[in-house]
Amino acid sequence: MVDGVGQEQPRSANFGPLYEGPPIIEVRDLGISYGGKPALRDASFDIYRHEIFGIIGPANSGKTSFLRALNRMDDFTTGMEVRGSIHINGKDVNDWRNLYALRSRIGVVFPLPVGLPLSVYDNVAFSPRLRGIRGKAELDEVVERCLTRAALWDEVKDRLDSLGSLLSGGQQQRLTIARALSQEPELLLLDEFSIAVDPVTTMRIEDVLKDLRSELTIVLVTNLVQQARRLADRTAFFLTGEVVEIGATEDLFKRKVQDERTTGYLEGRFG
Amino acid sequence: MEAPMFSATPLNRRSYRSQSVAKAVFCLMTVALVIPVLLILGTLVVKGAPAISWEFLFTAPTNNLTAGGIFPALVGTIWLVVVALLASVPVGVAAALYLSEYAPDNLLTRAINLAIVNLAGVPSIVHALFGFGAFVLFFRFNASILAASLTLAVMTLPVVIVATRESLQAVPHAFREACWNMGATRWQTIRKVVLPNSISGILTGVILEVSRTSGETAPIMFTGATAYLAFLPESVFDQTMAMSYHLFYIATQATDVPEELTYGVALVLIAIVLMMNAVSIAFRIYLRGLKKW
Repeated sequence: MVDGVGQEQPRSANFGPLYEGPPIIEVRDLGISYGGKPALRDASFDIYRHEIFGIIGPANSGKTSFLRALNRMDDFTTGMEVRGSIHINGKDVNDWRNLYALRSRIGVVFPLPVGLPLSVYDNVAFSPRLRGIRGKAELDEVVERCLTRAALWDEVKDRLDSLGSLLSGGQQQRLTIARALSQEPELLLLDEFSIAVDPVTTMRIEDVLKDLRSELTIVLVTNLVQQARRLADRTAFFLTGEVVEIGATEDLFKRKVQDERTTGYLEGRFG
Repeated sequence: MEAPMFSATPLNRRSYRSQSVAKAVFCLMTVALVIPVLLILGTLVVKGAPAISWEFLFTAPTNNLTAGGIFPALVGTIWLVVVALLASVPVGVAAALYLSEYAPDNLLTRAINLAIVNLAGVPSIVHALFGFGAFVLFFRFNASILAASLTLAVMTLPVVIVATRESLQAVPHAFREACWNMGATRWQTIRKVVLPNSISGILTGVILEVSRTSGETAPIMFTGATAYLAFLPESVFDQTMAMSYHLFYIATQATDVPEELTYGVALVLIAIVLMMNAVSIAFRIYLRGLKKW
């Protein structure tokens, strides 16, 4: 698994043609600020169906704010203001009357893992139950599938009744991923998902993400530029609230860049 | 000259001295706090214990309250507490849920929160007069268990609201966000994650309310408590005797009441309150063991 890193084929060769069909997310003139302090400015770009869209950049560059705006978490964050527009599936996220319907179709994994104080089983069955799935057999199947994909099944299959909030940090992170997958989302937002996960498990999850690409669209915020290189079809470089550059991941890493700052960040010459 | 490694510097020694002084002062204050409690309890037990018997607990007073037991007052207190709880717990818990989980954080909600805290600071005699005006006169409940209990409910509402709100807010916000992210509504989040993890704190608040309700005298004086009643109350529209008012009455109004009897009533009353508090504490310890994060 780990050996394959660094000698990969270009994305297009792995995954076939990119950018099929209309974009799933259209971001236009997006600005985000907290109590007047800007976090992201004038962002305009598209994210396409079935791509893995990587976002890299140092801390405080607006990456997480962008994810929060996507599923309208600004509603729950006092002082967070969003200007401009985000369309998902052609519909402005501000026009969703039923925000719960919007959020239920977007899976989110934030860097700090949150195991709900429910059993492991109930953690993963939470979202399916919200969707009205009641049958034991069907729930069992969803729980096993999602936990397997999140590379957690083998570790918890004998203690599905134990509390999700008492798992180790890395396990809780994978539980969070399993929960996000249990939503059967059209869009998966991953914010530093591997921060508490060991490298071997990270690779297993990365493999799953590559497989998932055929079913959904993934926005991957990561501090690990090599992770973006391994996974993302296209990568955006955010810097202090500015979208500096967006391009095919291989181009960025082959230094076919437009902005000097991108090269600087990729080479670790940033200070 | 350089001090040898790991030897105490003058600063270390000074910090150590001031820490010993602080510890001694705090300990002294704690002792000062415990002494009156022990004195009160000791006096009550020594002087009141001889009066306590099954007969004392389960018969009515006789001879102009100078002899006999306290049964009607015990029963009356139970009536008052139960009816007050039925009125205040649903309202208090619902209000706390709204304030903590739904209401936006703006000037109005902050004003409401402040008002609730202030309500807790209103003297009980003011609540008594309010209850008399509102429930006895305006709603025409007359002097009755209903009027007295509602007065007690209004008075203890802040206890329930504050206890509930604090136990709701003790549930980490991240749990709520995780649920919302999955598309759960606020109510689904409350029902499945927030309430199951805060119910212990809410129940503790309720038990504390019980202990406070059973001891209050002023609010029931004009609204439903009576000095002597030959029969037990049969509905919420009856007047009733109550432990706290009975104690007040035999201690200050009735004549020729043996001292032993008065202390006996006081002992039973304080035993009820302490028992409730003990239950509340035991319950909290038990539920802390079940804590899920």
